[in-house]
Amino acid sequence: MIEPAEVERLLMARFGDAQLELVDLTGTQDHYQARIVSSAFSGKSLIEQHQLVYGALGSAMSGAIHALALKTYTPEAWAKTSGASDGRSLT
Amino acid sequence: MDEALRERIKTTIESHRVVLFMKGNKNFPQCGFSAQVIGLLKQNGAEFRDVNILADADLRTGLKEYSNWPTFPQLYVDGQLVGGCDIVTSLNESGELKTLLGAKAS
Repeated sequence: MIEPAEVERLLMARFGDAQLELVDLTGTQDHYQARIVSSAFSGKSLIEQHQLVYGALGSAMSGAIHALALKTYTPEAWAKTSGASDGRSLT
Repeated sequence: MDEALRERIKTTIESHRVVLFMKGNKNFPQCGFSAQVIGLLKQNGAEFRDVNILADADLRTGLKEYSNWPTFPQLYVDGQLVGGCDIVTSLNESGELKTLLGAKAS
């Protein structure tokens, strides 16, 4: 288990400019869903983007977090998604 | 990680063009994310080898370090890590998964 605020802190420490949406899927603080929009992902493959996120979460991924459903976007890619065109904001 | 384990992981990854390291096996997945990837592989007509990491603690620990990827399932195609459930799902939605699975090894 890990507090949502702590997950957000770890992510924002690595992706300072990020728009982040974090959901505790089960209410048990160990199954999370994260959507992260950050310029840090620019020029990186999906797998490299996810590896950056896992790197930022570090040891939390090997225990405290059992599952993390992850969606990563560059600001350009996010602008093209339906979520953005709906006018929904991440923040 | 010792060399013997690293070599065993490499051999396993290269044993089949498409290898899925998962929780459970392809007939009895023991995790929703593993089940979802299997569904997508089948949907795309892929032949693949399934490896149950729940039955092999060394492999489970070693793979996380080998691939710099902390979770399962892990899908490998042509010896390369493609990703976990989220990435495989994204690639399927964009049509890239079919291309990847259909392409011949270079």
